[in-house]
Amino acid sequence: MRINNLGYLLKEGIRGIFLHGFMSFAAVCVTLACLLIMGMFASVMYNVNILVNELNQTNEVVVYIDEQLSDSAARSIETQIRPLDNVLSASFVSREEALEKFIAEHEGDSAFSGVDAQTLRHRVVVVLEDNALMDQSIEQFLNIEGVADISAAHKLAKGFATIQHIMQVVFVAVLTVLLVVSLLIISNTIRIGMADRKDEIAIMRMVGATNGFIRVPFVVEGFLLGMVGAGGAYILVRYLYNFMVEGLAASDTLQMLSFVPFRQLRGPMIALCALAGLFVGIVGSWSSIRRFLKV
Amino acid sequence: MITFQNVTKSYSVGNTALNGVSMQIEDGEFVFLVGPSGSGKSTIIRLITGELKPSTGHVQVNGYSLDTIRRSEVPYLRRTVGVVFQDFRLIANKSVYDNVAFAMRVIGAREREIRERVPYVLNLVGLGNKSRRLPGELSGGEQQRLAIARALVNNPSTIIADEPTGNLDPARSYEIMSLLQEINRLGTTMLVVTHEMDLVQRFSNRVIEINDGLIVSDRVNGA
Repeated sequence: MRINNLGYLLKEGIRGIFLHGFMSFAAVCVTLACLLIMGMFASVMYNVNILVNELNQTNEVVVYIDEQLSDSAARSIETQIRPLDNVLSASFVSREEALEKFIAEHEGDSAFSGVDAQTLRHRVVVVLEDNALMDQSIEQFLNIEGVADISAAHKLAKGFATIQHIMQVVFVAVLTVLLVVSLLIISNTIRIGMADRKDEIAIMRMVGATNGFIRVPFVVEGFLLGMVGAGGAYILVRYLYNFMVEGLAASDTLQMLSFVPFRQLRGPMIALCALAGLFVGIVGSWSSIRRFLKV
Repeated sequence: MITFQNVTKSYSVGNTALNGVSMQIEDGEFVFLVGPSGSGKSTIIRLITGELKPSTGHVQVNGYSLDTIRRSEVPYLRRTVGVVFQDFRLIANKSVYDNVAFAMRVIGAREREIRERVPYVLNLVGLGNKSRRLPGELSGGEQQRLAIARALVNNPSTIIADEPTGNLDPARSYEIMSLLQEINRLGTTMLVVTHEMDLVQRFSNRVIEINDGLIVSDRVNGA
């Protein structure tokens, strides 16, 4: 295949799209719809991942220290915890500091004014790197001499990890189904195009066109259908995402779900749409041509 | 050159299309292949164009050994063999010029070569002044001339015409056969498959007759 044939092959690919315009339009629409769902799902996934990571980091484990220990011995617990695996940070909080914080959190409620700091324990506030390993970390903390008790948002952390995992599984399943649907539609469109042009293909084979040469216009056609669908999906994802972010920001109850601005998603979203469009376009057309090319 | 050595071709048990056919067609020859329907003529064409492989025996066409040819080599074999069919097999929505140019484009010819070669071939078959017409606007004889131009345009060393006059009246049939003779005189090997014995008798060429998958005679008209 020579470079000077590329113009001809491209022209033939474009001609194929208009030869059965309605099917091409339908294929673009279905691809666009599938990639739109995929894109929106991916953008929500992206934000959930960020949210879960943030929650993971703010998820503290509070290690309470035996009240029998001297202040200096209690402070040494912090240095024993810090080098352990899965510990992102550890900071000692004295019983006095804990009381001050407690009162401050309750906006100086007079009911707490007479509380004695001695009724509280010294503590070490630990932030873990990975909450999935929380059980092992807690076991390690309990093995340290002088540790009396531990308070950790076990279930909450595990709940976040479970939601994240479920969303990943659902995303892969949705992605697979949508890609298969797009593939089938593009493949069917190309097949109709091939049926329309079966006489031409027979003549091409008769005069000695190689399979590669016969195949290229159909692959170009599939590629263009996939890319037009992907381009449309990208534009719609952008508008819908911005609409959703503005809606969340305006809502009183959902304000806590702060989504990242679209510009942060632009690169990955372009890559996702382009790759998915490329995949459904080229694989869809390639698979439908194969059977027509048997000698 | 086309060589068949003791070739048999069976489609299924008890359905033998060719049964030990041996023949040789030299470069530049004009040969009629005649025989009744079902005698094995089409199988011979399909063997020559690489659509089929022989069950046993050896087929060689323009340097390609058809019993061992790889799939990827078949297109290159076909560029050495132009084929003309009884039903013309033209592309209805392409002009006369584009029907012929199409055959060059799909084997990767340059546009400059196409612009030079297509008018030459159309003039050769007498369609030089109809290059903008669509096939549907041509008579049966003209459509067959167009099919011949398309078979000829890539300068194959051999042309196979499968019942080229089957859809034409006697006068047009004679014209087409004369055109094929003229092309043969320019050096192209010609194998014309037909069952129109009256027409064959009017030309003094080699005639191979096949019946029930066997060559029953190989003679030169008027010899």
